[in-house]
Amino acid sequence: MTLWHVLPRGCPLCLSTWLLQRLWGLGLVGSLKLCSPAVRTSITSRYEMVYRSTTAQEEAALGAATAQEADAALRPLQDASLGALTMYVVPETSSLLPQGISVYVGKHRGALVRAGGSLAALRTRLRQLTQVMSFTASSIAAALSDRVPDGQLGPDARRHLKSSLGYEITFSLLNPDPKSHAVDWDIEDAVNRYVQPVLDKLSLVANFSVDSQILYYAVLGVTPRFDKESSSFLLSAHSLPHVINPVEARLGSSAASLYPVLNFLLYVPERSHSPLYIQDKDGAPVSTNAFHSPRWGGIMVYNVEAPASPQASLPLHVDVDMVRVMEVFLAQLRLLFGLSREELPPEFLLESPGSEGLAHWELDRLLWAHTVENIATVSTTLTSLAQLLDKIGNIVIKDDVASEVYRAVASAQSAMAKLATGHLHSAFQASKEAVTSSERAFFDPSLLHLLYFPDDQKFAIYIPLFLPMAVPILLSLAKIVRETRQRKKEPTKMD
Amino acid sequence: QGRDLIPVLSTGEAAPRFLCSKSNSFSIFQDQAEQFFRSGHTNNWAVLVCTSRFWFNYRHVANTLSVYRSVKRLGIPDSHIVLMLADDMACNPRNPKPATVFSHKNMELNVYGDDVEVDYRSYEVTVENFLRVLTGRIPPSTPRSKRLLSDDRSNILIYMTGHGGNGFLKFQDSEEITNVELADAFEQMWQKRRYNELLFIIDTCQGASMYERFYSPNIMALASSQVGEDSLSHQPDLAIGVHLMDRYTFYVLEFLEEIHPASQTNMNDLFQVCPKSLCVSTPGHRTDLFQRDPQNVLITDFFGSVRKVEITTETVSLDSDLAGFESNLPKDELATEPLKYAEQLPVAQIIHQKPKQKDWHPPGGFILGLWALIIMVFFKTYGIKHMKHIF
Repeated sequence: MTLWHVLPRGCPLCLSTWLLQRLWGLGLVGSLKLCSPAVRTSITSRYEMVYRSTTAQEEAALGAATAQEADAALRPLQDASLGALTMYVVPETSSLLPQGISVYVGKHRGALVRAGGSLAALRTRLRQLTQVMSFTASSIAAALSDRVPDGQLGPDARRHLKSSLGYEITFSLLNPDPKSHAVDWDIEDAVNRYVQPVLDKLSLVANFSVDSQILYYAVLGVTPRFDKESSSFLLSAHSLPHVINPVEARLGSSAASLYPVLNFLLYVPERSHSPLYIQDKDGAPVSTNAFHSPRWGGIMVYNVEAPASPQASLPLHVDVDMVRVMEVFLAQLRLLFGLSREELPPEFLLESPGSEGLAHWELDRLLWAHTVENIATVSTTLTSLAQLLDKIGNIVIKDDVASEVYRAVASAQSAMAKLATGHLHSAFQASKEAVTSSERAFFDPSLLHLLYFPDDQKFAIYIPLFLPMAVPILLSLAKIVRETRQRKKEPTKMD
Repeated sequence: QGRDLIPVLSTGEAAPRFLCSKSNSFSIFQDQAEQFFRSGHTNNWAVLVCTSRFWFNYRHVANTLSVYRSVKRLGIPDSHIVLMLADDMACNPRNPKPATVFSHKNMELNVYGDDVEVDYRSYEVTVENFLRVLTGRIPPSTPRSKRLLSDDRSNILIYMTGHGGNGFLKFQDSEEITNVELADAFEQMWQKRRYNELLFIIDTCQGASMYERFYSPNIMALASSQVGEDSLSHQPDLAIGVHLMDRYTFYVLEFLEEIHPASQTNMNDLFQVCPKSLCVSTPGHRTDLFQRDPQNVLITDFFGSVRKVEITTETVSLDSDLAGFESNLPKDELATEPLKYAEQLPVAQIIHQKPKQKDWHPPGGFILGLWALIIMVFFKTYGIKHMKHIF
């Protein structure tokens, strides 16, 4: 991973002579001891940093009025390969960054850093920035959650979706009261406009397939409380976990593919329970009116305006405002993937990715974590496969299982080598191949271990069979031995 | 020219040191996350196995179906339940009330009902299929409902009932699964992280022997009787003519009737169910492999499906005037030929085929042996000198 440390010309501090920090290379040193059960993993990371001063074009771009424009102008001049980051250090007095902000992270792979304060402060700021934009110890630990003891993980370590070859996204509209509301949603258009760009960007990570459905008479499992003050119905935070189960049986997610399914539900409350708001733990209504469940999906409640005149004819025609809905669903999709913005000091400003859904450096973060997770999974799988084969000696390994294992090992090694040099894209592809091969080898149907014979079973089966047969055989053998011995003695006796 | 500053920072120090200034909302969500993730699971699965067939084993089917009903009532959907039954009770010719399976005498509760989804029925309930379900080594053509698609955040409930002995469990009167095989299967599951925590309940004679050999972490086991004891059945129904339930499962279900999805009852209460005075056998349990204290384990962690939820506080700002997006990824156009059905039955071939020429084989061992025997007896009786009359 190359980190360009760029200085504008005429910088009064002459930082170029001082600022070389050397960090470490991202080499995954996994000791794949296939015979011992304790596989120790250690990860060391290294950043390769290169610094130079700005070119004329970059100077021109940095002369823009706002940081956003500068970021957009700098994009074609940056190194666009996966995993690369470019940081521009601007003078302290520059007006590019707003007041009080010293770091601005753009939508692509660049950032603007204000060169204020001491060298040490700048260095720590840069270090922190590189971690934010690539990976931190906690994100790598979360990716390796299987191997890290429970106590060391943070509470959000196992919430994110596991790395998989594909995901299935299902949008469902729940209409429990079709007599009162005739709800129309133009989901196809909304998916094409808002969701598909995000999924196309994420297509590097996995294959996505999208479908949608409308369910009628699907009720939530919880009865909302009526609140007199706001004259609305409220769902409290502790009743939310019970909402999902009654609905899940009707979602039909089991008929879909074998990939993990993400469900996004839009619930239009019944007329008798409108308007319906979700309360958080403190009792305040939630602005988005939505909640999500890790590794499952999200639910949003869409309130319909009461009709102006009480004599309005039922059913009311409702056209769902897909922009508002998709804003929430895309945010939930980001949270499910673990792309949340961690807490940062107030001097950092992260540009919101807007319609694109996620910034390029967030994609890089995801890829780093998924690559590490894939490699760890491969090593665990192959280790346990080797242990199984050690334990049960007479399992027959078919040729294709053997070739899958070889392929998995080769791909994992190449992934680790490419990670060590920082080629994120090819490392990720290699890790995906390694996972596919190792899963196919491990879950091959021929590797069933129905071959356990305890000793007492062996005795119980073979003794009644062979003991009666063995008695006359042994006795006649004894008789033969006795006779040959006697014959040997007799010639000496007979003389 | 750069001068090398060589700070020797270890990966430990690379953790961001600036995560200070936790705002109020963040700490609230931290608490929420911690509370909700006490058990660390995000989904629930259940594998319910009845290993007996034949009419007189009615009670085993009723046991399994009652547990299935409770588990469904507490929230686990059918897509997350793998039900293996011989399923020959409801339509058995000896059943005086067809299409029903009762679990209480006087036909109070029909546990068969309208929406039982049996995944493995009749002769598919074999040791091999059971182990395939557990370990995941399933042929690729198996439908999704017959698979256990659990991940490392799944809590799995495994309930087995039938006839068993010291160290084994009988499957459909023709094969057995030993406790060592079961322990190995669970170890395979652990190796591949196919469960977060596992609750194993067995209601057979000498059930405690089945969990003696477990050695994988995060398994809690309950059995209806110790080694050397028999589990007894509960109540016969005189109209149907067989025993309807086993005692241990009967009292467990009475206990589960009082559990609802939000209840906070823990596992220690489940261990007290069915004391020796009611059950005649001594129920046993094993918790040494389980990391958490049974006091902190909720019944609904295994029997129900309580989701962990978080409030969504962020939104993505979208440009509402976004025009129709032109995807800049090249979409491969695969030229596919039109698909058509393969011929299911080659009728023309069958009608017009000629009878196959059967190759001549010399007579096999049995015929030869028989003839040899006859000839030997003949010559023994009549003497070898008569051979000249034949040749």
